[in-house]
Amino acid sequence: MDATLIYLTLAGVFGLFMAWGIGANDVANAMATSIGSGALTIKQALIVAAVFEFAGAVLAGGEVTSTIRKGMVDSAVFADQPDILIFGMLAALLAAGTWLYLASRNGWPVSTTHSIVGAIVGFAVVGVGFDAVQWGKVGTIVVSWVVSPLTSGIIAFLIFTSIKRLILVRRNPLERAKRFAPIYVFFAVVLIALVTILKGLKHVGLELTTLQSYTGAILCGLLIAVVGKIAIDRIPIDKKANRRFHYHTVERVFAVLMVITACGMAFAHGSNDVANAIGPVAAVISVAQEGVVGQKAGLPIWVLFLGGAGIVVGLATYGRRVIATVGTQITQLTPSRGFSAEIAAAFTIVLASGTGIPISTTHTLIGAVLGVGMAKGISAINLGVVGKIFLSWVITIPAGAILAVIFFYLFKIFFG
Amino acid sequence: MGNYFSKIFGHSPVAPLQEHMEKCYEAASELGIFFECVIQDNWDQVEQSRGKIVQLENEADELKAHIRAQLSKSLYMPVPREDLLDLVLVQDKIPNLVRDISGLVIGRRMEIPGAMQDSFIEFVQRNIDAAKKARMTIRELDELYETGFRGDELELVGGLISELDQIENDTDELQADIRSQLYELETELPAVNVMFLYRIIELTGDVGDMAERIGRRLELIISH
Repeated sequence: MDATLIYLTLAGVFGLFMAWGIGANDVANAMATSIGSGALTIKQALIVAAVFEFAGAVLAGGEVTSTIRKGMVDSAVFADQPDILIFGMLAALLAAGTWLYLASRNGWPVSTTHSIVGAIVGFAVVGVGFDAVQWGKVGTIVVSWVVSPLTSGIIAFLIFTSIKRLILVRRNPLERAKRFAPIYVFFAVVLIALVTILKGLKHVGLELTTLQSYTGAILCGLLIAVVGKIAIDRIPIDKKANRRFHYHTVERVFAVLMVITACGMAFAHGSNDVANAIGPVAAVISVAQEGVVGQKAGLPIWVLFLGGAGIVVGLATYGRRVIATVGTQITQLTPSRGFSAEIAAAFTIVLASGTGIPISTTHTLIGAVLGVGMAKGISAINLGVVGKIFLSWVITIPAGAILAVIFFYLFKIFFG
Repeated sequence: MGNYFSKIFGHSPVAPLQEHMEKCYEAASELGIFFECVIQDNWDQVEQSRGKIVQLENEADELKAHIRAQLSKSLYMPVPREDLLDLVLVQDKIPNLVRDISGLVIGRRMEIPGAMQDSFIEFVQRNIDAAKKARMTIRELDELYETGFRGDELELVGGLISELDQIENDTDELQADIRSQLYELETELPAVNVMFLYRIIELTGDVGDMAERIGRRLELIISH
């Protein structure tokens, strides 16, 4: 009983540390564009992020948490040695947390997702054996790391191209923007809501029929589109203003949309990334409490709350500064560009979350930015940096794995 | 890890290019003041004007170096890097020309013969007009980026470029006129002075030519 308490405490502390780190650093990427474009103040962004990260974690974070918790390693292998799984998951958490800490101290680009996946696979292979890993599932995850930036890139390309064709190149871009913006909002909200309702809500204990799901999503879309339209109509137009100001006002219409995409990105981020912190915690809890490796045990909802709370605390304590810095640096992502990139990324991430695949939200967002760039939307993208970021997971996976193995053996010596 | 996402955005070349063009135009328009002072035989003012021109040329040089340093090879841009580098080089020729002209005039204490003063000023002014129109086209660069180099904005810039061509045609005609005026006066003036006057006329005409070439470069850029 004593040992159980220690395990639970350690898991809780490590998990909170990870969640804090995600909230402090990662969220900035999701929120910064909205601040950079002036759509939200930092204070408003923090509130939006807190609410929607939390909502994303609780409402749509279940599937990914399950994957991290029990999808990648074969629980059958641990049936007669539940301690090993506990040590392994604790080691994975500590390894990923340590690696993230090291990396962010030195300014290396890393992905939370890649480090936790690397760590779990690492301890399982070295600590238990090659067969302990569900290679099929891990393969899917690795493929998704290539597919997700690609998908979001293509979607962003299409969205920005449509904005260009329908609005920007026209003789009356402002009127066109006002007409089409609510339609974009409608589709964006419907898609994200649909994936969430279809894939996420069962973890909260809500079972809806297909018809109810679609109706709910469409109602959400309509509601927010109307709210958006009201906000857009309130933007003052100076009829005498010249063309220069014309585009300025067009971007202000998109700035309204950026508020909605900020919510979407925060929600998507919460739905995918919170699992990195609490997936292992959930694994430890279920084993430690039951004393066996339960295959069937459901995900205790309060763990999702724990993760969501950790992210919010990270945001509140440290995230403010990071968001402010990043926000001022990405001025090139004007609202029309930012909207295209963020909505594409948010949709891709929520889709991945719905299917339980942990992907890197930052990589997906970068894919989307590249997509807008391909559509001639961004005046300069530094491909050198992009390459570095995409290659960083090659280092992050073995780094996470090696650290996890070290911590795993340490735990075994101390507690075993 | 939010700190590195922002680094994927290279520095946009648009604002620095526009700032550079502003300096170039300022230098060109100073040339008008410079020659007014020369004609009034007010050499203190001429020196002052020359000081301003040199300073503007230096500032333009700094901006040019800055732009070139920022346009690293790993940048992915909607416009080819080479075209932007060419554009800034052409723009930069304008303050260089103005500096050369003013240096030559001061160094030789040149005078514009009374009979051709009015048409000479008109000629200078028309070249400045060309630089001004070039600046107008460059000022549309941010709108071009905003619209992704398509549609209505493209037509607008196309219109500006043909106006620029028209002005440059004017400067060519004025240049021919002023050369024939100088030819008439040749016998009354010291031969060396005449040679250098031809040189000044030629260099001043180059300002208009460079302005026109800015338009050509921009045409290339938007045709991609």
